[in-house]
Amino acid sequence: MSDASAVQHPKLQHYFHSLRQQTETVTLGMWMFLVTEVMFFGGLFAVYALYRSQYPEAFAAASSHLPINLGAINTAVLIGSSLTMVLAVWAAQTGRQKMIAVFLLLTFVLGAAFLGIKTVEYADKWNHHLVPGPSFQFEGADPGQARMFFHLYFAMTGLHAVHMIIGMVFILMWVPRALRGEFTREWNDPVEILGLYWHFVDLVWIFLFPLLYLIGRHTG
Amino acid sequence: MTPLVSTGKRIPDYLNAAYGLKSWLFTTDHKRIALLYMASVTMFFFLGGLMAVLIRLELVTPQGDLVEPDVYNRLFTMHGIIMVFFFLIPAIPATLGNFLIPIMIGAKDLAFPRINLGSWYVYNAGGLFTMYSILNGGVDTGWTFYTPFSTTFSNTYVLATGLGIFITGFSSIMTGLNFLVTIHRMRAPGLTWFRLPLFVWAHYATSIIMLLGTPVLAITVLLVALERSFHIGVFDPAYGGDPILFQHLFWFYSHPAVYIMVLPAMGVISELITCFARKRVFGYRFIAYSSVAIAVLGFLVWGHHMFTTGQSIYASTIFSVLSMLVAVPSAIKVFNWTATLYRGSISWDTPMLYALGFIGLFTIGGLTGVMLATLGIDIHVHDTYFVVAHFHYIMVGGTIMGYLGGIHFWWPKITGRMYPAFWSKFAAITIFIGFNLTFFPQFILGYMGMPRRYHAYPDEWQVLNVMSSAGASILGVGYLIPMIYLAWSMRYGPRAEANPWGAVGLEWEIQSPPTAHNFETEPVVDKEAYAYTAEQGYVPPTKEAEFV
Amino acid sequence: MNFDIPLFPESASSLASQVDNIYFFALGVSVVFSVLIAGTIFFFASRYKRRRVDEMGTPEQTNMMLELTWSVIPLLIMLFMFAWGTKVYLESYRVPRDADQYYVVGKRWMWKFQHPEGNREINTFHVPKGRPIELIITSEDVIHSLFIPAFRMKRDAVPGRYNTAWFEATKTGTYDIFCAEYCGTEHSLMVGKVIVMEPYEYDDWLQGNKPEQSLASSGAELFEAKACHTCHRLDSNARAPILANIAGKPRLLQNGKTVDATDTYLRESIMNPKAKIVAGYQPIMPTFQGQLTEEQLLELISYIKNLGADQAQTPADPAAEG
Repeated sequence: MSDASAVQHPKLQHYFHSLRQQTETVTLGMWMFLVTEVMFFGGLFAVYALYRSQYPEAFAAASSHLPINLGAINTAVLIGSSLTMVLAVWAAQTGRQKMIAVFLLLTFVLGAAFLGIKTVEYADKWNHHLVPGPSFQFEGADPGQARMFFHLYFAMTGLHAVHMIIGMVFILMWVPRALRGEFTREWNDPVEILGLYWHFVDLVWIFLFPLLYLIGRHTG
Repeated sequence: MTPLVSTGKRIPDYLNAAYGLKSWLFTTDHKRIALLYMASVTMFFFLGGLMAVLIRLELVTPQGDLVEPDVYNRLFTMHGIIMVFFFLIPAIPATLGNFLIPIMIGAKDLAFPRINLGSWYVYNAGGLFTMYSILNGGVDTGWTFYTPFSTTFSNTYVLATGLGIFITGFSSIMTGLNFLVTIHRMRAPGLTWFRLPLFVWAHYATSIIMLLGTPVLAITVLLVALERSFHIGVFDPAYGGDPILFQHLFWFYSHPAVYIMVLPAMGVISELITCFARKRVFGYRFIAYSSVAIAVLGFLVWGHHMFTTGQSIYASTIFSVLSMLVAVPSAIKVFNWTATLYRGSISWDTPMLYALGFIGLFTIGGLTGVMLATLGIDIHVHDTYFVVAHFHYIMVGGTIMGYLGGIHFWWPKITGRMYPAFWSKFAAITIFIGFNLTFFPQFILGYMGMPRRYHAYPDEWQVLNVMSSAGASILGVGYLIPMIYLAWSMRYGPRAEANPWGAVGLEWEIQSPPTAHNFETEPVVDKEAYAYTAEQGYVPPTKEAEFV
Repeated sequence: MNFDIPLFPESASSLASQVDNIYFFALGVSVVFSVLIAGTIFFFASRYKRRRVDEMGTPEQTNMMLELTWSVIPLLIMLFMFAWGTKVYLESYRVPRDADQYYVVGKRWMWKFQHPEGNREINTFHVPKGRPIELIITSEDVIHSLFIPAFRMKRDAVPGRYNTAWFEATKTGTYDIFCAEYCGTEHSLMVGKVIVMEPYEYDDWLQGNKPEQSLASSGAELFEAKACHTCHRLDSNARAPILANIAGKPRLLQNGKTVDATDTYLRESIMNPKAKIVAGYQPIMPTFQGQLTEEQLLELISYIKNLGADQAQTPADPAAEG
């Protein structure tokens, strides 16, 4: 071990040899966790794919009731938040501790903006009787199948929103740690894995947006 | 290699490193967490076993006369849920795997000790929800939760139980993730992949399934909960949904889950056979690769649970041939273990009895599995006692034999104590006999057409059912004996040496029980696994293991 | 207690002996392998039993040829079993053309059988020996599974879907019917008897229990009672497709796709009419969800399938029919 003689870093756990091994281990752990997330969302995507291929018309008709402009704005907001997250990780790796907090807060604000717009969308569905339940009304295509689309819409975007909220809670928890100067050039694993998680959540949305909002568009 | 037992001042072992309830409940030592898990899974095992006793008692007579049908339905449902999710899946990985993997790879702990402790709490939290539903009257959907029965028709505690399974699933993910990362990143210097004990390989494959499969179960349970609460329609034909879709999602996890249960047992058997034949395992790489092959192929065969649902005959054909392919790596393992015995120096100690029993029972379970994968046979025996017998041969004959064999093998290492030789052998033989008497008649019943989950049955099947119930009582006694002498051994058993069996492997080079950090100096590995030859520096023990 | 222990089920259908043959083959293979492995283990474990405490095993390396041999031989045997098993399975799905269609509805906790002549039975099913019989199986509530061990036949009854199965009984007698898919409280009481009779006896039985009308003519009445005929008329400017001669044939849909008019399709078109719209028509038909029982649906489907078989037809509009 090349760094065995070095002074033990306070953040190095006793069961690791070196900070490098620790960082690699922690990062690999996060990647593995994201694999489970892929399978988790994957199950839901499979259900969506099955029924969309079975009821393409109803799904397209129902999809056209989603506000494409709000969806597009949200996509931009989320990509922006990924950028600020990358900057937070960069700040951590280069030891700019104040900047970490600033970029984390910016990411939080963009995440909150996303959820705010999402809330507007949900409220809009409620007003137009598109929330499945006793008041559900749908004209045009088969209402049963359209109902299924909206259920899947709420399940998928809802699950995504839950993941965003979890990510935002962690961002808020990391900010005081950053301000205390806990994250250094040598050790910033928590920022890095939080970044991985946040990018994954963004990526899910990048799939959700075309699948839910854009499917009807190409057929007109 | 020189033994790593420290010779200078004695460092307290992990059991004596700290005292008090808090030192256990907040421990991050993988060895202590393994013991916490052992206590929990043992409790659930006897709870599930109690239900099996009632089931077998009911089936002594053809009439449904002991309990009401609704009670019977709850009994087999809870038996299945508890045994599968709360015993079989965590049994070996969370106890033996947790205890041994870091030691076998020369690490001081798992990669994420706090997640490891968290997984135990999560597991128990899931258990609490399940216990809550049991105490309130239980759930009657069968452990398979088939829709639309579970979503629309059952009026029992489906949501509470589903939540319990959902939560417990996370403990499984946490364990699997921890193992995978640990095995990848924390091996001792010189410990290359093909020097790893096969126990580690088996757990590596198991962890892959835990990681990839469990999330799909989670989303499936979530969809059932949504369907049941809000009628979202994905499983309900009235809204254009498909009840069979549930079976696809469910078995996508639950078939690979069978391999979560049996692969770790196979890992145990590889350790036992080599130690008690005192020989390197035959075909090391084949056994290692076959574990991974089983894990991968296991994900491609779920449709063989649906041959009679009216799924496309082309799909059935493909699932059938893939299911047969899974049998090949399993057969390779059996043949390699048998070949390992050839010209070995075979001891008939208790763990070896379990290992040999495992091979026999797993062979029968595997061969009947091939019969079930054969389409022409499956249309007749699907959902009959033939299936029940088949999977008990794999899960009880395989997993539990492996678990008990492993417990008896590593008991001296875990507790630092020995157990009675006679009683442990007596229990192993009792379990073997009781098991066969319980489940073999069920193959015959199944081919005659007795459907599973029947509370009452035609008179002419009574004799075979009585045989099965008689076997179950022998089996029950067989399981109680180890409980007694192992509990006794923890306090009164003679002290065990560091390596009572003359086994090789890093875990036998440290003291029994190990110290809190396992290794006082980091081990360096310079030889392959199972180095039982003089050239590789193996020195056989000069005296027998001291039992009682 | 009955000490006359039966070990094997009765065989009473043309499929039974085929299933049994492959079962016996698989059983033979299993017994040979089990005995071989158990015997070898026992022999090695005794022959090489450790005699001195410090005795060591003889090192053995991997033998590639041996590994390949014992991988390939089981694989070949299994592929053979797969091929054979699949052949039998496909046969159990290939309904003979001359089979009579019977309908089976599973309902918690009973089996309802409908003969093409209109006879209805619950938990008892009379069938003639030596005639192929097609079963169209569905469920009113949860998933059931129709299981007749003596015929080696099992098919799930899935709500919203029609599964087909067939058998040809070869032996007169009375045989058990079970529900094989767990369906709730009285799952184990959802049993019945199938009574195989000589064809002439069966015809007598049909006559003796003659219902007022056949399945199809009950469907015809229902077709009028539900006012289906107001749109599904025979003239070419009707608002709905002509139904004569469509059963089993491909239908061109509005979205350009083609589907076969199977029983499941016909059912969907009644319960969920907007799901698949035939090209050239408007989605104006109301749903009959909740207004028809499964049996009434079967009567309607039987009527539609018989349309054209016994009615003079005006030629269908080719554009509408696709």
